Amino acid sequence: MIDSHLINEFYEALERVSGYIYPNEIELQWSVLIVLYPYITGLVAGAFILASLVRVFKVDEMAPAYRLALLTSLAFLLVAPMPLNAHLGHPERAYEILVTPNTNSAMAMFGFVYLWYLTIVLLLEVWFDYRKDIVILSKTKPAPLRWFYKILTLGVDDISPRALALDDKIGRAITVIGVPSAVLLHGYVGFIFGSIKAIPWWSTALMPIIFLFSAMVSGIAAVMVIYMFSCWLRGEQIVGARMKCVDTIARYLLVSLIVSFSLEALEMIQKAYEAEEHYDITVVMLEGMLYLSMLVVQVFLGSIVPMIFLGFVRIANVHERVRKAVYAVSSLLILLGVLAMRWNVVIGGQFVSKSFRGITTYKLGIAGREGLLSAAIILILPVLILAVLVKLFPPWESADKPTEATAGDPIS
Amino acid sequence: MNGKRGHSDTLTLSAGRDFSRRRFFGVLTRAAAVWGLLLNPLKAFAIRLHESPPWRKKKPYWGFAVDIDKCIGCGRCAEACKVENDVPREPFWFRTWVERYVIRKDGEVEVDSPNAGIDGFPPTQSPETVARTFFVPKLCNLCEKSPCVQVCPVGATFKTEDGVVLIDRDYCIGCRYCIQACPYGTRYFHPTLHVADKCNMCYHRITKGLKPACVEVCPTGARIFGDLSDPNSEVSKFSSENRVNVLKPHLGTQPKLVYKGMDKEVR
Ligand code: SF4
Ligand code: SF4
Repeated sequence: MIDSHLINEFYEALERVSGYIYPNEIELQWSVLIVLYPYITGLVAGAFILASLVRVFKVDEMAPAYRLALLTSLAFLLVAPMPLNAHLGHPERAYEILVTPNTNSAMAMFGFVYLWYLTIVLLLEVWFDYRKDIVILSKTKPAPLRWFYKILTLGVDDISPRALALDDKIGRAITVIGVPSAVLLHGYVGFIFGSIKAIPWWSTALMPIIFLFSAMVSGIAAVMVIYMFSCWLRGEQIVGARMKCVDTIARYLLVSLIVSFSLEALEMIQKAYEAEEHYDITVVMLEGMLYLSMLVVQVFLGSIVPMIFLGFVRIANVHERVRKAVYAVSSLLILLGVLAMRWNVVIGGQFVSKSFRGITTYKLGIAGREGLLSAAIILILPVLILAVLVKLFPPWESADKPTEATAGDPIS
Repeated sequence: MNGKRGHSDTLTLSAGRDFSRRRFFGVLTRAAAVWGLLLNPLKAFAIRLHESPPWRKKKPYWGFAVDIDKCIGCGRCAEACKVENDVPREPFWFRTWVERYVIRKDGEVEVDSPNAGIDGFPPTQSPETVARTFFVPKLCNLCEKSPCVQVCPVGATFKTEDGVVLIDRDYCIGCRYCIQACPYGTRYFHPTLHVADKCNMCYHRITKGLKPACVEVCPTGARIFGDLSDPNSEVSKFSSENRVNVLKPHLGTQPKLVYKGMDKEVR
């Protein structure tokens, strides 16, 4: 039996089609869940790249946010496969991607890239970074928790300076591998779309790079928001080293935003200038269903406004309080803008019929497996995971990071 | 081996035996490297260029042709396909459909395919303004370089020895990537099986020597199916004796579905 709900939905969609679309195109194949997938992996890659700035490139001003960025990256990575899996027609067969991958398929690489990134890069890096804390916690915490940390030490409880120095070295080495891995993880997500020649809206060699830079933008903005929010939660003023930290994050945010925006603009200009056979219908889409989400949210609110804001506070000498407000607002706008960008790519690419003669629509339902509700859950989940991670592995205090001298004692 | 050693000895009489042998192997490895790095890809490229089409090598190798001038838009093919292949009856899922093109005198193009043409087409409005009109049946293009096969992450979509692209329903994970990748919109997501589905050229019929259902029922012979490896088959003759074209040739999918009399407005 076919779901009668689905049938009704398609009959309604039939009414909203304009022009001619191929008969099978009534159904939009990739829903809001596939919008979340590149969004979440983007946050993973972006937060990690920010963390690696501290580690590899020695941007010490951002050290207070380093561990938080790592945990953010991990929390989002744990959720990343969920929207994909939830979208599959046969989730129970998902393991086939790992067992019998088609090596010609971009999507088949997901499992491997993901596992590599999760186990080799993030988990290892977090472990080496936290090893000292874990050993201490395994000795100071009360009984049940103590065992948890005990297991996590993996039987290594040497925290002599020599051992710690080695940890640091290994950690740095992992980050060095981690940066290209993060680039790979997200560039590859861009390739999933960029390599589909059937859909001109997607098919561009720039796609992986565009995805990568927007990932950095969103990841950095996310760390900014989470860092400021957690300072507020802990009742800590953002002053001194912490202010320097957010100032530095904001600087990187602005730079990556400018690069990202230029790339996207370049791509659009190229499309408009070449004006191939699909161009006319693309314009119809831009002026219609993508007007709000692309021109207003992605371009204006999500890029131009934050660029002006962040640029202004860099040039003008404004008070710290104003700066903080600008950072918070800009970061939130950017997070929204990048989400809109993912939407515009994933959903927008499916609006235009492959006949280039018509446009379909997409109605985001509330309930259901691919509705707004499950999307919201998938977006909130990483934040909850992060809260748990932060509780288990307090990112605030670290003896070898002197910039964070004012942090309170998180263990007690 | 002996012969080789003797040869290298005579080459370098004055030098020690070991040295000559080392030098000989040095030259050999370098030659192999040059061969591997430069000549092999060149050779592979040359072979690729002169590669004969698969239907010269494999028997049978299926092809399809459509004579647009013969199609009367009765939609019996689309109906037969739904019945033969258990395609869901609702008007959102089709393995084949018939498009009607109406091109007005002012250049305006109207295309429709209500329920794939199964129930016929509504009368054309203001016929006096029509410049030309025709029907175009659509189905899987039998891409030789099929994007759908390329992207399937688990290999559930595959090309058979005889050139047809099929889907393994027990293996498809339902990711819908192939539906995105097919430039011709011929794939859909099966609403109850939750796997991708498409025209399979009635594989269960053609492997028994029958024609696909749509070809069988077409009253005008607009759909032609057969073996490309046989130069005397109807489809081979039709394709070689007529000026035929394929859909979206610039995408390099190399369809084995060809159209005769295709208008520039057909996409
Ligand atoms: S939907 Fe099925 S056949 Fe299509 S790409 Fe995914 S796994 Fe392969
Ligand atoms: S027409 Fe579509 S389904 Fe058929 S082989 Fe080509 S890409 Fe695959």
